[in-house]
Amino acid sequence: MSTDGAPILDVQDLTKHFPVGSALSRRRGVVRGVDGVSFTIGRGEVLGLVGESGSGKTTVGRTVLRLQAPTAGAILFRGQDITHLSRRALRPVRRHMQLVFQDPYASLNPRMSVESILSSPLAIHGEAAGKGERRSRVEEALQLVGLFPAAADRFPHEFSGGQRQRIGIARALMLRPELLVADEAVSALDVSVQAQVINLLMDLREKLRLSMLFIAHDLAVVGAISDRVAVMYLGRIVEIAPTAALFTDPRHPYTEALFSAVPDTDAARRPARIVLKGELPSPLSPPSGCAFRTRCPYALPACAETTPALRTVGLGHDKACIRDDLTLAAPLKA
Amino acid sequence: MSALLEVEDLAVQFRSEAGLVTALDGVSFSVEPGETVAIVGESSSGKSVTALAIMRLLPPAPACHVSGEIRLAGPKGRQNLLAVPETTMRNIRGGAVSMIFQEPMTSLNPVHCVGRQIAEAARAHERMEKRAAQARAIELLDLVGIPDPVQRANSFPHQLSGGMRQRVMIAMALATRPRLLIADEPTTALDVTVQAQILDLLRRLQTETGLAIIFITHNLGVVAEIADRTLVMYSGQVVEEAPTATLIGAPRMPYTQGLINSVPKLAAALRPGQRLPAIPGNVPDPRYRPAGCTFQPRCAWALPDPCGIARPGMDRVTPGHHVRCARWPEISA
Repeated sequence: MSTDGAPILDVQDLTKHFPVGSALSRRRGVVRGVDGVSFTIGRGEVLGLVGESGSGKTTVGRTVLRLQAPTAGAILFRGQDITHLSRRALRPVRRHMQLVFQDPYASLNPRMSVESILSSPLAIHGEAAGKGERRSRVEEALQLVGLFPAAADRFPHEFSGGQRQRIGIARALMLRPELLVADEAVSALDVSVQAQVINLLMDLREKLRLSMLFIAHDLAVVGAISDRVAVMYLGRIVEIAPTAALFTDPRHPYTEALFSAVPDTDAARRPARIVLKGELPSPLSPPSGCAFRTRCPYALPACAETTPALRTVGLGHDKACIRDDLTLAAPLKA
Repeated sequence: MSALLEVEDLAVQFRSEAGLVTALDGVSFSVEPGETVAIVGESSSGKSVTALAIMRLLPPAPACHVSGEIRLAGPKGRQNLLAVPETTMRNIRGGAVSMIFQEPMTSLNPVHCVGRQIAEAARAHERMEKRAAQARAIELLDLVGIPDPVQRANSFPHQLSGGMRQRVMIAMALATRPRLLIADEPTTALDVTVQAQILDLLRRLQTETGLAIIFITHNLGVVAEIADRTLVMYSGQVVEEAPTATLIGAPRMPYTQGLINSVPKLAAALRPGQRLPAIPGNVPDPRYRPAGCTFQPRCAWALPDPCGIARPGMDRVTPGHHVRCARWPEISA
């Protein structure tokens, strides 16, 4: 999809450290949850963010929305620097950015009717004061996500997981936001329903010209919906590229390994599996130099020396790896 | 070869406020020694209830009513697990048949080190000295690929990562040299790179020990990697059963076809904006299952007659390939 003009979101060198241990404990330090992440999202663009647990992808999503204060770096939303805005100053900004949560069971209040769930954002932002107007906005949102208007009078427990996720999406859309952050928004759904919700997000994105930060661990899901994909490992982006380029020509060894680990019903077509040694190192004491070198099948002694920065290796394609001499296996042919 | 486990006409009903809810209805299958049988299904399909019924871990009557037969081959012939006394079942459970679960953190005791927990499992089924049991625990930790097993035996669960904990659970399940391992979504909570390691481990253990595995999952990709045979469950019934390659390559039941198509494929990355194939509608609520074929309201092939009238039986497509669909002969694979 074409994107034009200034990006809706511009994240520069975002860093979020979490202190661990109390003043009295011996083991003090910081967890480098996110360590110098930069990216932009164009208007109407979907950026996918993939990584394993502990990679920092959720922290990026939450920090971008200012649900957590960043340790360093800058967040520009619609051209405005929101990094240090106060709570009060953030409020009018917030209506343009909304979050869809992972768990459709935990993110809806069981004691509220769907109508009150969906009209809360309107009340908070002082919109649609009249009862009739509120009701019509709620019904409009329900129809937008493929539910019947009478659903407004029901309670969350009366819906299946997929339907609840539609309600969660409807709530996020009530204020007609420009940016949606979807954090594992389809991961908890059954396979047959997951595809429906992905299709719904595609429809909404076209209809409403939504920009999206789509966070997920499932590469196939991210690939289906995103224009570009960023791969995170231990708090950093190790590769970012247009979706087709990433899937046909991955340039970072971690991306290659991640692709090869995806179980696929077309097992025959997949390149030979690279089973990584060990697990994600502790973000409390990441390895020196390239954080991936301890598990990387191509690591050299030089990899331990400096942390590689993102470098451009193709059109809109950046990677953080010093080795340019590798031919990596791709899951798809161009 | 004769089957290790035969499940015949297994039915489970739960008593609830809304009356009796049928969780399983006429489930039959068998598992050969050394074979991996996958059970795939979505939520409320009955896959976990099947596992719990085999282990006899379902709540007792009158909260839950179980009927049918579950026959396990043993040194003293076949036993119906639903009929043996609880003392016998206790020996079988964790003995000849072991189980691992999705969330290794909640299945391990947080206040005991893992070596002790594995040793305890071994001693519960076999008379052995504490020291011998500890040595066995270390041997098992080594078998499941935990580096530094002597030192790791003294770790507490919170000191281990998710993948390591799942390895500990597998070590514990193998402590009694079971003949059948029931794995209920064992890799669902793990990252893909760690999932790949655990699948590799299970395959290796199977070649080394001749273990039979019932692998319960919702992930068809995982099924393709690990299972010899696969059962697809929907709404408490087995709707298709076939060798895995046949099931994935030439499914006959419209639900299986829809399920395989709706798994997001990496190839979708090259078709930007194109909608994914999805099954319309939702999994039916077990309290209000539709009349006739339970998949019929979501099925593109459904006809008012016969699909809306009678529950179809299991038909044989080829030897080893069975399908529960009235219209399968008309549906091309």
